[in-house]
Amino acid sequence: MSSEAGQQHPLGIYYKIWILLFVLSSFSYAVDYFNVQGGMRWGLVLLFMALKAGFIVAIFMHVVWERMALVLTILGPPVVLLLLIGFMSVEGFYTSGARYQYMGHDPNAVALTPADLHGGGHGEEGEHAEEEAH
Amino acid sequence: MSDAAISGSGSTLVDDWSADKQAYHVPWGKAMMWIFLVSDTFIFTCFLTGYLHVRLSTTEPWPLQSEIFALSFGGDPIPLILIAIMTFILITSSGTMALAVNFGYRKDKVKTFWFMVATACLGASFVGMQAFEWSKLILEEGVRPWGNPFGAAQFGSVFFMITGFHGLHVTAGVIYLLTVAFKVKKGHYDKKGYEIVEIAGLYWHFVDLVWVFIFAFFYLL
Repeated sequence: MSSEAGQQHPLGIYYKIWILLFVLSSFSYAVDYFNVQGGMRWGLVLLFMALKAGFIVAIFMHVVWERMALVLTILGPPVVLLLLIGFMSVEGFYTSGARYQYMGHDPNAVALTPADLHGGGHGEEGEHAEEEAH
Repeated sequence: MSDAAISGSGSTLVDDWSADKQAYHVPWGKAMMWIFLVSDTFIFTCFLTGYLHVRLSTTEPWPLQSEIFALSFGGDPIPLILIAIMTFILITSSGTMALAVNFGYRKDKVKTFWFMVATACLGASFVGMQAFEWSKLILEEGVRPWGNPFGAAQFGSVFFMITGFHGLHVTAGVIYLLTVAFKVKKGHYDKKGYEIVEIAGLYWHFVDLVWVFIFAFFYLL
């Protein structure tokens, strides 16, 4: 479809994507609600995130119907950001590794929760300990 | 390589860039909005990458978002419930915005106006909830940009910077949408065409898009 005629599409596709976004958000929230941890948590959260972002950009922002010249202008430049993310994660792991190794920090330290500070109920430190340790 | 080798959508790419004239066959306002959104993508990605780096490199334990953002409605605290509600509100507003764009191109001024107003109201309620979340964290939990009682000090700076910058975008979007909505109602675009509704919609969907990443990286992981 040429975008010179405006981006007009049947309403049905918007309703479908809208419902899909609700479902995917519910799934993301369910990952936290049911306290899924470890690699499974990362995998599921990133999967639902990528699907939601993809549908918003492709359908709601009409990129799937645009001409290739505009699509590449939009999606091309952000690809270099992956490089930045890659470099910074390598550097971050290196920094924390060096700090644990040479500066005597405790890799198994556990964060406090509001329940710890305000009393009432006890936190679930044990369950979160592995996730927090890098 | 003959011309026949270039086919499909790739051929429009070559045509558009080699035609020695306008490369983007969209209204100029839409092309400019896209350029702005691409640059905004870089800003938000730099923020999130900064967050990635401080979270990886700090040796203090990272505070548990699931419990800090829990909210109690009388009974046991429900983890992350306020953030989930905010997420659903923003998705709902994206849906109403998509409908407004659609009715704009159908030249249905009344429906376009009301769907844009609905979108702006949902956006305003999102900002309201964010204000509630901020005041709870500042006043009750004592979270500050330079420290907090739970763990790594960077938690506060990242939280205030990223959600604050996103909240500013939502606030600006609410003002932008209301401005365009009232101009639509007055018939300002009857002759010019309704591309402006789509352009405003691009901005709004982008704000929702950024929240998808903040929700995943800051609140869930």
